[in-house]
Amino acid sequence: MPACAIEEAIDIKGYVEIDPEECKGCGLCVAACVQKVLSLSPQLNRYGYHPATNEEKPCNGCGLCFYACPEPGAIRVFKAID
Amino acid sequence: MSELKCIHGKADCFYEHYERKGEAQHQTHYCPGCGHGIAHKLLAESIDELGIRDRVILVSPVGCSVFLYYYFDVGNVQVAHGRAPAVATALKRAHPEAIVISYQGDGDLAAIGSAEILHAANRGENYTSIFINNAIYGMTGGQMAPTTLMGNRTTTTPFGRNVFNDGYPLHVSEVIATLEAPTYVERAALGNTKQILQAKKAIKKALETQMKGLGFSMVEILSPCPTIWKMDPVDAQKHVREGLAAVYPLGAKRDRTKEAEPRPAHIPAPALEELPRILKLDKGSDAAMPAHHETVDFRVKVAGFGGQGVLLLGQLLAEAGMDYGLEVSWLPSYGPEMRSGTSNCHVRLSNKPVDSPFVSSPNVLIALNEPSLRKFISTVEPGGLVFYNGTAIPADCVRADLRMHPIPFFAVADELGSTKVGNIVVLGALLSATGVLPLEVVDHALPRVVKAEKWIEIDRQALRRGASLLCPEVPVHV
Repeated sequence: MPACAIEEAIDIKGYVEIDPEECKGCGLCVAACVQKVLSLSPQLNRYGYHPATNEEKPCNGCGLCFYACPEPGAIRVFKAID
Repeated sequence: MSELKCIHGKADCFYEHYERKGEAQHQTHYCPGCGHGIAHKLLAESIDELGIRDRVILVSPVGCSVFLYYYFDVGNVQVAHGRAPAVATALKRAHPEAIVISYQGDGDLAAIGSAEILHAANRGENYTSIFINNAIYGMTGGQMAPTTLMGNRTTTTPFGRNVFNDGYPLHVSEVIATLEAPTYVERAALGNTKQILQAKKAIKKALETQMKGLGFSMVEILSPCPTIWKMDPVDAQKHVREGLAAVYPLGAKRDRTKEAEPRPAHIPAPALEELPRILKLDKGSDAAMPAHHETVDFRVKVAGFGGQGVLLLGQLLAEAGMDYGLEVSWLPSYGPEMRSGTSNCHVRLSNKPVDSPFVSSPNVLIALNEPSLRKFISTVEPGGLVFYNGTAIPADCVRADLRMHPIPFFAVADELGSTKVGNIVVLGALLSATGVLPLEVVDHALPRVVKAEKWIEIDRQALRRGASLLCPEVPVHV
């Protein structure tokens, strides 16, 4: 995950980090994301799934994708705190 | 510049690595889009937020969620199919400070375990039941569950679930809510994020209900099973929202969390050494225990109508024999006959260990009515004793090789004040005829067998009256 990219971004409200090796590509986060930031990657992960990705795009950090996701640790949501 | 902070991540309650077979130790074993993972997250977060992780004992079921213990870093007991409520009951009673959470699917809870959940809820056991309802047997490959929707094709309903063949979908939460004891029962769903967040609130509230000691709490969670439903995960989620939730309405079915009082602490079982006193088994234990030089081998059959005191007579004889230092057994045999049916029991008194409590060839027959005499007279060993409640032995029942005593025991008892003590009159007669036990030993045993004090004195009189009847031996009337 591009930590430096986040730190450098000034105006972002939030960010989602997806572990492509834990993700099973079910697509529930993609369906839950109101900002349409998430999509399924055309790449396959090592287990043969198309994992979800935000293509390193920031979002508002609402966390809906986190609760939609069935995997305990596949998604981490970051939010900007002033 | 603002700082990015992680607001949602893997709950502390989960293990960092799942130590299960194979290499995929960083992900769950569930299919993509399975509701179990979401339910696990909600439960784990609730446990973390309530700060109860060190107190939680999870009860894992049989079903897809059988491997709960791979994921949750809490106490765990994995139980037999459907038995989680019984084990949760035991855990909570033995460890009242623990937070006991059972996690069951619909095949587990609503089918094989339907009796357990009903009774645990009806007792108001202070634990929390998480009930995952995906309307199908998932792990075993898609058989119909009690919760399967009408018309659904499953491997066991290939033409669709049919009312006349398979019954209606079982509304577990509504059934539980008909009971008086449960404190909190809510049905939630995982059909969209709003429902998911509501489900978390319900889980948390259920746990708080238990933490306050208010009694039984259950959250039913309508959950997708994309694999068995043969849907992609997004469509399966939609089916939860539109299909399942239409049949199983969401919301609280019972909420007495505001008015419920904390349940009193469960009364622990008394210490083992206290039991003889509590059960009044200590009375008579001071009776003399003489050495038995003679061989004692009494095989007694007591038979009569239900209500004549057949079983009590046998029990009293066995209890007294035990006090006297003999090996004894008492085997009641009764069918559906509280009154006016037949009833019998087998008693053995011996100075050697009793090999079998069953008496097939008695050497003492106590027949309190004619049908019993006719039924058992042929089984009595030659030289045996027969006590018959009547003025004369019926001619066709007379056997020359037996000592037969026809005595109207109950008429004698009536003279003493109650026909109810007729059985004790018989016992008195038996003891005087055989000398197997002193009457005082029976006196000692009486309060253990006859609980009501008012009968004990008249029973003692009846015993002595019975003992006086056979002196001299009553002749046989033919």
